[in-house]
Amino acid sequence: MSLPRYVLRRVLGAVPTLLLVVVLAFVLVRAAPGGPFDEERALPADVRANIEAAYHLDEPMWQQFLRYAGGLLRGDLGPSYRRHGESVNDLIADAFPLSAALGLLAMAAALLVGIGVGAVAALGRDGWRDRVSMTFALTGISIPVFVVAPALILVFAVQLGWLPAGWSGARGAGAWILPVTALALPQIAYIARLTRASLIDVLASPFIRAARAQGLGMGRVVRRHALKPALLPVLSYLGPALAGILTGSVVVEQIFGIPGIGQAFVRGALDRDYTLVLGVVILYATLIIGLNLLVDILYGAIDPRVRHR
Amino acid sequence: MSAPAATRESRRRLSWSAAGLVLIAVFAIAVPFASPNEGRTTNFDRILEAPTSENMHWFGTDDLGRDLLVRTAEGAQVTLIVALVASLVSLVIGVGYGAIAGYAGGRTDSVMMRVVDTLYAMPFIFFVILLMVVFERNFFLMFVAIGAINWLDMARIVRGQTIALREREFVLAARLNGASGTWILARHIVPNLAGIVVVYLTLTIPQAILVESFLSFLGLGVQEPETSLGTLVSAGADHLESASWLLLIPGGLLAFLLLCFNFAGDRLRDTFDVRESR
Repeated sequence: MSLPRYVLRRVLGAVPTLLLVVVLAFVLVRAAPGGPFDEERALPADVRANIEAAYHLDEPMWQQFLRYAGGLLRGDLGPSYRRHGESVNDLIADAFPLSAALGLLAMAAALLVGIGVGAVAALGRDGWRDRVSMTFALTGISIPVFVVAPALILVFAVQLGWLPAGWSGARGAGAWILPVTALALPQIAYIARLTRASLIDVLASPFIRAARAQGLGMGRVVRRHALKPALLPVLSYLGPALAGILTGSVVVEQIFGIPGIGQAFVRGALDRDYTLVLGVVILYATLIIGLNLLVDILYGAIDPRVRHR
Repeated sequence: MSAPAATRESRRRLSWSAAGLVLIAVFAIAVPFASPNEGRTTNFDRILEAPTSENMHWFGTDDLGRDLLVRTAEGAQVTLIVALVASLVSLVIGVGYGAIAGYAGGRTDSVMMRVVDTLYAMPFIFFVILLMVVFERNFFLMFVAIGAINWLDMARIVRGQTIALREREFVLAARLNGASGTWILARHIVPNLAGIVVVYLTLTIPQAILVESFLSFLGLGVQEPETSLGTLVSAGADHLESASWLLLIPGGLLAFLLLCFNFAGDRLRDTFDVRESR
């Protein structure tokens, strides 16, 4: 399969997934028992009818869906149900830059440190470096973000007083360190394990032995020859890593009081702002599906064998 | 199977994590009986008390003066039960789906697996959140939702194994004896999947624990006065400066629990070499 055809096929393959996400999310929200405007005290019937008409909730379900899907195609996520006069787009646009910066920093840290730790472990296989880093990795996978984040605050902010505990008031670079660390830690652990396993495999292959036999030093062999093929599994882990970071950011923003999308999402979830929650779910899903698609395409470009499966 | 030395090492680590899990289970079950305190009794004379040997408040008390030892044990019970039931849900769906796909083969198989691939690309955790938002933290729904995430991996692994089993002589013999497809699946294939499924359960249970505690931490899962480890961690995070034990004890137990499962799962998977076959 030629590369353009492969790309086309992949792109077309992502469409049903995305559609499924939108339909499922929409149906779920509409299936809610009780409308979004049901309060403890019942509204007068005419007020209620007016509200429902304003949000088009009086239309049949399929019409509502078409309206919503049409809006999506134009990049419009609709009005917020709870914050009057604000659209979901506004809420997301306000919060996006902060969350994006946080996520990108965490992703970069996870890749750098994860690959480094994994490589050190693979090279010192079965030695103390390997044991230490793999114990660290398994622990990193096992401690949930919502335990790590408060624990980091407890140690570095409350006990040692080195770094600020929250977001407001402290705007320096220091305020980023703890949230990024908390977000990146589990991903560092996964990436380290992946890199180690795959580097060990690659190092056992004949072309590495050939390179060594020609007198190349180990460091050079790893950097110039082994690392590139060994990082393919890490490449395909990028999608899940993004999913992990997005999930983690929901918690981390909550704990550190960072006014990002994750915080907006939790607030929306707790006060049942359906359109906001729906919009964030669709946004996150699109990001994850998009990155997976990109990784697939990259994979196909790097390794032509993938295209023929 | 790996070399004897590696196996011995695996076995040693496996028994450590098994011992850890038994310890947690015993703790969760026995403490509420052994302690004179009740997990739900508030005592406003003794709020946020640090761990003390007095009156068996070994883990201290929370902001309502409730005994953290008993509450941690009760939380661990809820967490374990949710994780086990959710994993059973994923087991039933995954084994059923995977075995049928693998046994049927051909077109049915490829369509069924395409469905799995499509679902795989979906960020399920956000759907679980959506589900919990819409249906108001329904306990039963939480089992189903968490189970619905985890069955995909199970289905893939079971399918791979079923394809291998399908070609074995005893299946052929059963078929020659006139056994129906359903009979063969239920009596010959599924029992032979037990090993791999149990190994895989040790990997899905920690995932279920993680999802449950994540939801509870956000306030979307287990609600007061019921408690789970995630709920306790969430409450503890609010009292970091004044009462760090409220975070560290349940958080530490949660991490230890996950570590034991992950450790055991890792070892079992390496030992039995369970791989996803696509």
